[in-house]
Order: sequence, then structure tokens, then C-alpha cells
Amino acid sequence: MNKVHFDKHRCKGCGMCVLFCPQKILRMSADLNDQGFSYPEVSDPDRCTACGMCFRMCPDCAIQVDKEGVKTSDKKETTDVME
Amino acid sequence: MLTLKRTDVLTDACTHYCPGCGHGIAHRLVAEVIEELGIREKTIGIAPVGCAVLMYDYFNCDMTECAHGRPPAMATGIKRIQPDKIVFTYQGDGDLAAIGTAETIHAANRGENITVIFINNAIYGMTGGQMAPTTLTGMRSTTSQDGRGEHGEGPPLKVCELLSTLDGVCYLERTAVSTPKDVIATKRAIKKAFQNQIDGKGFSLVEVLSMCPTDWKLSTVQSVDFVNNEMKEAFPLGVYKDKG
Repeated sequence: MNKVHFDKHRCKGCGMCVLFCPQKILRMSADLNDQGFSYPEVSDPDRCTACGMCFRMCPDCAIQVDKEGVKTSDKKETTDVME
Repeated sequence: MLTLKRTDVLTDACTHYCPGCGHGIAHRLVAEVIEELGIREKTIGIAPVGCAVLMYDYFNCDMTECAHGRPPAMATGIKRIQPDKIVFTYQGDGDLAAIGTAETIHAANRGENITVIFINNAIYGMTGGQMAPTTLTGMRSTTSQDGRGEHGEGPPLKVCELLSTLDGVCYLERTAVSTPKDVIATKRAIKKAFQNQIDGKGFSLVEVLSMCPTDWKLSTVQSVDFVNNEMKEAFPLGVYKDKG
């Protein structure tokens, strides 16, 4: 399954990922992290397409995106890691 | 499975930048380009004075810090002594376009084979929101409270247009980090600027329009809109010079 991982300790709660998610499935948490910021959560994980927009717009590199079913030939950038 | 994740060229340190600041995105793009080109072991970065003054803590390559505005001069020295190294400077508008204007123009005019990443957020961030040379006409800051231009401050300084008249310059492009499309374009521009240096083509500068929600006194969403609507109008995006 496509999956977005948030490193909530690194997050500063700017909300760029929520703003740019094309599927609009992200929301800010009610809880606060250690730094005192609310952090993003996925409200509907099944609808995530792993497009990587949140990863690209996160100023704190707090997001990792796993995309299932991708062939090595689909790799666009060498920093995209195949596992 | 395909994974998009943080590159090893960035350290694990949390940055000190404000929420919504564009520096973090620009750092990631520079780090990814260094990884993709496989030049981490021979790259020397030069940190500016300004918000990015602590960037040597965030990069896993050789970094140095330099007097305010002087990174192009220091890069000139490093590159001439060690021509096999890849030297880049990362500067804000106060560093590159105010106190360091002379160093920038002369390094560009000499055609030094270096890469300059110029972050333009139209304000002095670290010192608390004073007017920068790149502050937009009519924009309020703590030192232009009636809006720039009302008291003889003049119009904003357009660095790409200014440098495009110099023969020594190889590549100039202005991009932004306010939308995913712009972020992808910025990465391509930064990669080209580094490739130019590897190929020995000469001075390359990428100007990146960036958000400063704290000193603009705006929310993240409003600051993204400000870049897209106001800054892109005053500073048109595009390639200003490309000698190929």
C-alpha cells in the first residue's frame, strides 16, 4: 500500500503538505509534538497516490513517501530509492 | 517499492528556520543535486551571513563560513587553489544583493567557475524584517513603514537582469519554491548550475524566490500566495542567460 510517513518530531506545523496535497487527505493533528507544533496526519490512507507533493513541499524533510508497484524503469531521479 | 526520502547529504539536525520558510526546501534541492551528481566528496559549500548562517550544520559535505557578503570572493579563492573541487555559495538577498553586491558583480564579470544559489525573500529575515534591496515597491517592512518607494528607496534590485549584461556570466535563471511545479523547476536549474561548473563553463547563478511568513507577518498559505501573485510579477521567472 502507498504510505506516507511523518517524522512528527521534526515537523514545525507549517501546513505546506496539507496545502498542496492534491487528494486533500491530510489534516493537522489536535496533539502537539515536542516542539509545541501540531503535525500532519493522514485522514484517509487508502486514497493516497504517493505523488510525493508533500515530500517536495516539506521545508523540514520530515516526510517519507513509499509507493507500491513501481518498476525500476519508472525511476525518475537518482535520489528516489528503490527497495 | 519506490521511496522518496531525506537525502544523506543533509545531516539529521533539525533546522532553525521558521515554519513555512523556503530555505528548507532549497537546502533539500541542493543536497539532492549533490547526491545525484555524485560530487559530495569534492564539494565545498560556502555559508552566508543571514538566516542561512548555520547551514554548515545541515550539510554532510565540506562547508565553510565567510564574512558578510563575501562568499563569491571566497569561492573564487577556493576554486582557483583547488580547481578540481566543486564550489558553491548559498546566499540571501541581504548577503548577495546588499553588502556583497561588489563581490557578486565582479566574480560574475570575471566568469569565475562557481555556482551561486541566491535565495530572494524580499526582506532581511534574521535581523527582524528590515527593508532589503529586493523588497517590492509598496511593501511594508520595519524600515519602510509607509511602503517602499514613498521616501526615495527606489525600486527593487533585480539581480538576474543586472548580471545578464555581463559577458562573463554563463547561466542565470530565476525560479521559486512556492508550488510543487516551481520546486521541480528549481531542482532542474540548480542541477544545471552545478553541471556547468563540472563542465568548466563558468559563473552560474540560480535566484530562488522564497517565502518568509514570519517577517512578512503572513500565514503559510498567505505567504505562498504572496510569492505566486506579487513576487513573481515583480521578479519574472525564467532563464536570463544561458551560454549553453
